[in-house]
Amino acid sequence: MTATATAAVIAPAAEAAPALRDTRPLRLITCGSVDDGKSTLIGRLLWDTKAVKEDQAAALNRDSGKQNDLGLPDFALLLDGLQAEREQGITIDVAYRYFATANRSFIVADTPGHEQYTRNMATGASTADLAVLLVDARAGILEQTRRHATIATLMGIKQFVLAVNKIDLIGYDKARFDELSLEFKEIALSLGVKQVTAIPVSALKGENVVYDGKASMPWYDGPTLVEVLELATVRSAQTVGFRLPVQRVSRPGESFRGYQGTVAGGAVKPGDSVVILPSGMVANVKQIVTFDLVRNAAVAGDAITLVLDRQVDVARGDMIATIDAQPQVGLAFDAQLVALQPGGIEPGKRYWLKSGSRRQRVSVQPSSLLDLKSGKWNRHDGALPMNAIGKVHLSFDEAAIFDAYELNRTTGAFILIDPDTNNTVAGGMISAKRGDLGGLNNEAERVILSLPADLADKILASGLLSERRDEIDIRRTNPGRAAELLGELDS
Amino acid sequence: MHISEFDAHTQDKQSKPPLDPHLKALENEAIHIFREVAAEFERPVMLYSIGKDSSVLLHLARKAFYPGRIPFPLLHIDTGWKFPEMITFRDEMAKRYDLDLLVHTNPRGLKENITPYTHGSALYTDIMKTEALRQALDAGQYDAAFGGARRDEEASRAKERIYSFRTPDHKWDPRNQRPELWNVYNGMIRRGESVRAFPLSNWTEVDIWRYIQAENIPLTPLYYAAKRKFVERDGMMIWAEDPRFEALPDEQVREDYIRFRTLGCWPLTGAIPSRATTLDDVIAELEIATVSERQGRAIDKDQAGSMEKKKREGYF
Repeated sequence: MTATATAAVIAPAAEAAPALRDTRPLRLITCGSVDDGKSTLIGRLLWDTKAVKEDQAAALNRDSGKQNDLGLPDFALLLDGLQAEREQGITIDVAYRYFATANRSFIVADTPGHEQYTRNMATGASTADLAVLLVDARAGILEQTRRHATIATLMGIKQFVLAVNKIDLIGYDKARFDELSLEFKEIALSLGVKQVTAIPVSALKGENVVYDGKASMPWYDGPTLVEVLELATVRSAQTVGFRLPVQRVSRPGESFRGYQGTVAGGAVKPGDSVVILPSGMVANVKQIVTFDLVRNAAVAGDAITLVLDRQVDVARGDMIATIDAQPQVGLAFDAQLVALQPGGIEPGKRYWLKSGSRRQRVSVQPSSLLDLKSGKWNRHDGALPMNAIGKVHLSFDEAAIFDAYELNRTTGAFILIDPDTNNTVAGGMISAKRGDLGGLNNEAERVILSLPADLADKILASGLLSERRDEIDIRRTNPGRAAELLGELDS
Repeated sequence: MHISEFDAHTQDKQSKPPLDPHLKALENEAIHIFREVAAEFERPVMLYSIGKDSSVLLHLARKAFYPGRIPFPLLHIDTGWKFPEMITFRDEMAKRYDLDLLVHTNPRGLKENITPYTHGSALYTDIMKTEALRQALDAGQYDAAFGGARRDEEASRAKERIYSFRTPDHKWDPRNQRPELWNVYNGMIRRGESVRAFPLSNWTEVDIWRYIQAENIPLTPLYYAAKRKFVERDGMMIWAEDPRFEALPDEQVREDYIRFRTLGCWPLTGAIPSRATTLDDVIAELEIATVSERQGRAIDKDQAGSMEKKKREGYF
């Protein structure tokens, strides 16, 4: 999170070749309040991409009896799906919206702007690759905008769109738009986000949402909102290496044993050497089985069945990973948490932690609390109240397996479940393993060995080491590099 | 045995073009959900309603557990008023794919002769569908039930979770749902509680049809246009070939090319005029459609918030 003086703001290249487009669905989150015109913006997206059908619009008109000046239905009613919402004129919770253009389809996490926005925003942002931050051109960048940007960044979003809405109400004033986009880009840069596009928008009139607003804003030659969304990138393969959290073991007959899961990072092909964590046993990939064909390779996001070349002990909750770049295995990790329930997060309480397919007991010790107003972390070792974002230490009874969230949004993410209520009480992101060479007892003397790989594998497979696998750090390397490392340590 | 089956299968499919990345992503997500629920719950069951969404759901379940069998039964709630072609198709699928198929009809409804004509669509749906579903889920002590609902179908479904928690009496409380972050699902429940799991949450109607086309998934012929007899009733085209059908005094039975966009109980399902006799035709028609698929469903329109109310009571 370093601030940079140079304005290294990158607008998406509108001229990018269609062949390079990513056609996977883009997941995005919209942040802003009713006052900013959020419902109108989402309604406009759905309407102009024809995701709303005539009978749905007719039902809206029947329910509300009102239309706006442009003869469009009341979009807020379209979006507020629950009876209580329509009755009370409020939005509860996260809703998901779907629309598509000829080039791509989109999943929008639509979260309420005011009430409990941290909790709902964190939920919506957890799966999003891009955040649309909405401001009212008259009101400008508010403290709320900064908060939304901060939460989106914490949840791993690296692409922002600033939609300067109601631009028609300030007479399509270019100077005002330039001022707001500069102000926002500075905020984004201070959060480390470089992919920022600012767009002058009138959601009500449909300008620069799906259709361009050239008639009113000849001075703007940038992309429309939908054009930015079509060109945004989906990050799913970013990681340090191949990861397969094992969901279940498939044994349809005596002769077949496959490990089923969704590739959470990297790629794999037959012949690759893999390690099973936390046991540390190694094997080679024999086959990648799917319903359609035996595959030559699988990449992040693929749901596969992996067959290994030897009998090894693999169970649900284990992770199969590349041998060269393994995730961290340990009993203590540092993480950031968003507290999601009224009871908050209590220091020292034992929760269930679920990450991928692995569920285990954990105790949580808060160490600091984020002040969303200033963006500063303050020391804090008490309970984390609902909607708080805190840094915590996690302590496990059994080995935990993680990557840093920054490196892998799947293997670095987890939820906490309260064993008393079974409710999901926190969402968390791993920062780092604690005490890299620490293990169970930080004070104990450590020995660093360098062994031939085959010998190391035999020892690991013996079971002698697997009992205390959490205390052992393994780095696979080549002989030259090992000699260098050991040389450094000796001198 | 499974392995040899699988080898033959491999050769069959060599020529099939790969799925486009959009459908592939949706497929991967659904398979992930199937596997997670099957691993986390003791007694899952899959609701099978024979329609296009159920057909996709079934196909994805087969993929998720391949080369093994689907490790849970399929449950069909039969109201007794389904199109006969649906029942034929259901039994054919069960045979072809070696499915463990359970069929349940509400015995109270049968005994009291509850029909959509005599009791009105709201009460009929409540007894023959919602109550019947609760009976079957209780009898099987199922702790997880897969359904083919999609969030884009209806407003209250847009707020539905992928793991949707239900109390021991199957109630849904939309205001107090568990937050669902990333693809990490909370499957922890107490005895008697359950979840409804929705692998197709993020699919749209167009996705369903494109996937059916890409994967060559069998469908009942009711989705394709054919000459069928019908009457116009309450603005809907109601199929009029069943022996139990009775025309009202001012109704004229007509015959023309029609098809169904969604399938349910025939007295409550509206057809559309159509000449779409192939999958390509259906998709082409869908792309220019200006009304939603649920337009043909009478039960959604009983009152405002109709679907939400039924869902709270335990309907899917």
